[in-house]
Amino acid sequence: MTSIISLSAAELSEKLASREVSSEEATKAHLERIEAVEGSINAFLHVNDEALAAAKQIDERRAAGEQLHELAGVPIAIKDVLTTKGMPSTSGSRMLEGWVPPYDATVVARLKQAGLIALGKTNMDEFAMGSSTEHSAFGPTKNPWDLNRIPGGSGGGSAAAVAALEAPIALGSDTGGSIRQPAAVTGTVGVKPTYGGVSRYGAIALASSLDQVGPVSRTVLDAALVHDVIGGHDPHDATSLEREWPSFAAAAREGADGADLTGVRFGVVKELDADGISADVQARFKDAVAVIEAAGGEVTEISAPSFKYAVAAYYLILPAEASSNLARFDSVRYGLRVEEPGQTVEQVMAASREAGFGPEVKRRIILGTYALSAGYYDAYYGSAQKVRTLIQRDLEEAFQKVDVLISPAAPTTAFKLGEKIDDPLAMYVNDITTIPANLAGTPGMSIPMGLGADGLPTGLQLMAPMFEDERLYRFGAAIESRLNGGWAGPLALQNSRLEALSDGGAR
Amino acid sequence: MSDITRESVEHLAMLARIALTEEEVTQLTGELSQIVDAIATVSEVAGDDVPATSHPVPLSDVMRDDVPGETLSLEDVFRGAPAHDGERFRVSAILGEEQ
Repeated sequence: MTSIISLSAAELSEKLASREVSSEEATKAHLERIEAVEGSINAFLHVNDEALAAAKQIDERRAAGEQLHELAGVPIAIKDVLTTKGMPSTSGSRMLEGWVPPYDATVVARLKQAGLIALGKTNMDEFAMGSSTEHSAFGPTKNPWDLNRIPGGSGGGSAAAVAALEAPIALGSDTGGSIRQPAAVTGTVGVKPTYGGVSRYGAIALASSLDQVGPVSRTVLDAALVHDVIGGHDPHDATSLEREWPSFAAAAREGADGADLTGVRFGVVKELDADGISADVQARFKDAVAVIEAAGGEVTEISAPSFKYAVAAYYLILPAEASSNLARFDSVRYGLRVEEPGQTVEQVMAASREAGFGPEVKRRIILGTYALSAGYYDAYYGSAQKVRTLIQRDLEEAFQKVDVLISPAAPTTAFKLGEKIDDPLAMYVNDITTIPANLAGTPGMSIPMGLGADGLPTGLQLMAPMFEDERLYRFGAAIESRLNGGWAGPLALQNSRLEALSDGGAR
Repeated sequence: MSDITRESVEHLAMLARIALTEEEVTQLTGELSQIVDAIATVSEVAGDDVPATSHPVPLSDVMRDDVPGETLSLEDVFRGAPAHDGERFRVSAILGEEQ
C-alpha cells in the first residue's frame, strides 16, 4: 500500500514543502481512509468537518511564500481527553456527550499554531480509565491487526487510527500506560514525556500527579517531531517545567544515522521480565536485546524491587486523585443533568452522576473515596505515596549504573475483546510494565518489537531518567532502525490486513 | 480481608454523590473487597522512615505576573451549561421542603 496515507509525517512534510503533495490532498486522503475503515475500527468519536478548509489555508500560505513549520499541513488525530474549541470533547463519557469546550488545550493550540490539521477526536476508555478502550461509552475501538482484539487503552483510538493509516500521527495521554500500551499492541510508537514536560492545560484530568500528554506515531522520528511542537513551559499549567528542552527530532535523526549504540548502557528490569510476560513477548524481547548488543550496546540486568508494589500503589493513588477530579462533574456548569421536579440539587447531582458515568468510572470513584476516608488514609493512600518514593529511589539507583532501562512495553499481545471486561483486577495487572514511569514521573517510550507467533505486535519499552527524554528518541531511533531492517520499514505497514479494513468489518 | 460491606459502599456512594442502584451496590461490594485485598500489600512495604511522594517533580509557590488575561464570555460559558438564565447557572433547590 504505497500512497499518501502510508507516508510518515516526516516524509509527508517533505512532499508538502516541495509541493509534490498539497495539504488538501493529504487531508482528503486521510479523511477518505477514515470514511472507508471506520466501520471496522471505530477509532474516531468525531471527524473535523473543517479539516479541509484548514488544509487549504495552509496551502495558500505556503503558496504565498510564507515560511511555515516543518509539520504545517500534516494531519493529526487528537485524543478526546483534550479540549478542542469547536469540536466536541467527551473524554469517552456520556457525561460530556456533545460538550463543545470554549477553549483549546495548550497542546492543541500549539498544533494549530504550527499549522497541523486536526482530523478529529479519537476514542478512549471513559475518562481514560482502562487498558482496552472497551470502557468507552461510545463502543470499543478494534485493533487493526485483528478486529476481534483490543487496541489497548485508554488511548486505543489514537493508536488504532495511526496503525490503520487513518492518521500519520496523533496525540495521546498517559496516566499509567495509556499511550505506551496501545502502541505496543498496535505496532506503533508512543511516548510518555517527563512529568511536566508537556502542558496538561485542557487535558480533562484523570489523576493530576500522573497524567502526561504525549505523541503517538508509526516512527520514532514522527513522535519526536510532535513532541517538539507540544512540549515546553506553559504558564497555564502550574506543574509545567520551566526548562529548555533539546530538539527531540534532531536526537532521533542522529540516533537513526548509523544506529550505533557502542558504549550505551542498557538495563533489563528483572522484575518486568518475569512472571506474567507471555512467551511471545519474552521471545521478541530476547531478540531486541540481541539487536541492541549487536549494535554495540552493553546490556546488564537491573533489579527494581519496589516495582512489584507499583500496581497496588497506582490503584490507590489514581482512584484517590480521580475521585477528587471527577467531582467537577456535578451537572451544574457543563455535562449531563438528569432531574425530576421537586428534587434538590444534591439529588440531581447523584442522579446525573449515576446516569452519566459508566461502571469502571463508578468503581474507581468509590475506591478512591474509600482510600481517602478517615481511618484508611494512612494505611492506603499514605502507604501508596511511600511506595512512590521507593520506586523513584529504585530508578535513581538504576540510572547510576545504566543510561536507559528496557522491558517489554506490555505483558502480552492484544487480548480479545470481552476477555477481561468483567475482571477489573486482570485488567489492572496488565499495566505492570508501564505504571512505574508514571509513579516516578520519568519518561518512557514504546516502539515496535516485532510480531509474536500469533502474528500480533509486541512493544519494547525504553525508560530514561527524569528530563532525559532525549535519550529515548536517540536510542529508540537507533534500535528502531536496526529492527525495521528486519521487517523492511515501519512495523505498522507490514500489517497484511490493512487493505481489507475498508470492507466495513467483513473480516 | 477488607471490611467492605454493602452499607459501606452505600455510604461511599452517598459521599461521592452517585445514586447507585441496588444491583450496582451488590456488584461493587464484591469487586471492591477483591480489589482492596489485592492492593492492601502497599501497607507492608514502606516503613515510617520513608517519606511520602505526592508529586513526581516537587514545585512550590509557582507564581506568574498578575496581568489581565483573556476571560471567557458569558455566552461561551453558558453554551455548555445544562440550564442558565443568561447571567447565572440555574440549579434546582439547594434545600428540600422538609429542611
